[in-house]
Amino acid sequence: MSNSFKLEIVNPEKSFLSKEDAIEVVVPAFEGDMGFLKDHISIISFLKPGLLRVIDGTATEETYYVEDGIIEFKNNCLSVLTSNIFDIKKMDKNKIRDILTEAEKDSQNNDISDQAKYLIDQKIEVLKSLTLN
Amino acid sequence: MASLDDLKKRISSVKSTQKITKAMKMVAAAKLRRAQENAEKGRPYSEKMNNIILNLLDGISDKETAPKLLIGTGEEKIHLCVVMTSDRGLCGGFNSNIIKKAKSYFKKILNDNKTLKIITVGSKGYDQLKRTYKDYIIEKISFKESKNINYFDSDKVGKIIIDKFKKKEFDVCTIFYNQFKNVITQIPQEQQIIPLKSSEEKKDSSFEDNYEFEPEEDEILSNLLPKNISTQIFKAMLENSASEQGSRMTAMDNATRNAGEMVDKLTIQYNRSRQAAITKELIEIISGAESL
Repeated sequence: MSNSFKLEIVNPEKSFLSKEDAIEVVVPAFEGDMGFLKDHISIISFLKPGLLRVIDGTATEETYYVEDGIIEFKNNCLSVLTSNIFDIKKMDKNKIRDILTEAEKDSQNNDISDQAKYLIDQKIEVLKSLTLN
Repeated sequence: MASLDDLKKRISSVKSTQKITKAMKMVAAAKLRRAQENAEKGRPYSEKMNNIILNLLDGISDKETAPKLLIGTGEEKIHLCVVMTSDRGLCGGFNSNIIKKAKSYFKKILNDNKTLKIITVGSKGYDQLKRTYKDYIIEKISFKESKNINYFDSDKVGKIIIDKFKKKEFDVCTIFYNQFKNVITQIPQEQQIIPLKSSEEKKDSSFEDNYEFEPEEDEILSNLLPKNISTQIFKAMLENSASEQGSRMTAMDNATRNAGEMVDKLTIQYNRSRQAAITKELIEIISGAESL
């Protein structure tokens, strides 16, 4: 494929996903969603809680829920380092609800920084939209 | 000389010890394979993390304003040592090797009149250090309950360390662990994680790349560095667990062999005493008959 690039998602325990033929990847970067196509400029950024979408050569779309992480794009290779990533299809509603209640508990906590608060609010928003589907 | 009965008991007790050590060796061998796999699987993450940080460091223009976690507090008065050991014993020199390494480091620090603080991870390390360095141990952490090493646990340790750093409780942080080389060799390591040692920096051609940063470098770094600490600890834990199993396997293998040798020796001794007893009885009978 001429317009594809390499995608690697690793978490501390193992290599979570590795694809040679990613066409488009949309990541929830800290300052807003970011779409990657082939020959994107080299970039380093970090993630906020949200949905990571992968479209590969067979035009199938996969969606993952990530909580945090760092991304690096270099030489047509996108590396995503994250400690919390789940495949949406394999996530059941109860699990989502568990994380949601946990996050809501965290947001009650007042002595956290604005940035942490922002991240938690983001998390709650994404999780809520997930439970609706 | 021990009586026949005593010898018999000794032999059977050594034999049952041998059975236990043999079983433990098998278990360790099975666990070792998994631990080794995990350690290998975990490597890409820490390597990538390291790469990104090195790239970031290159992009930072003003070193003065860089986060404290990276450049340190500018002082070197209080040293925090994180000694990572296992929760279980019977693994040969595994724990003592780490402790030995750590102790020589402690001595150096105390000789230089610096303040020493110790965090022990794993109960065996605490047991060995509490005799000499009890007053310096500020925290002991043990993950006896969790069966497998997971990132969540190491994140907890990382958060404790960062929390203490933010409260200015220490200037330099070093971790001690065993690096897994192969089943027979494990190398005790000391690694400084705060401030980040730049001696390992390797300049290669990829450094020429100009990266875009979003948000700014400083912000990414301050977000990334705490994660890096957890990752380093996680790496150390993975290496440690593979080393622990390897070390146990070797130790138990040796123990099994020793027990075998001991059984052989005791059996010879047993047979000899039996023979002697029979001979003695015969002589008694014969000399009794002769005297008639």
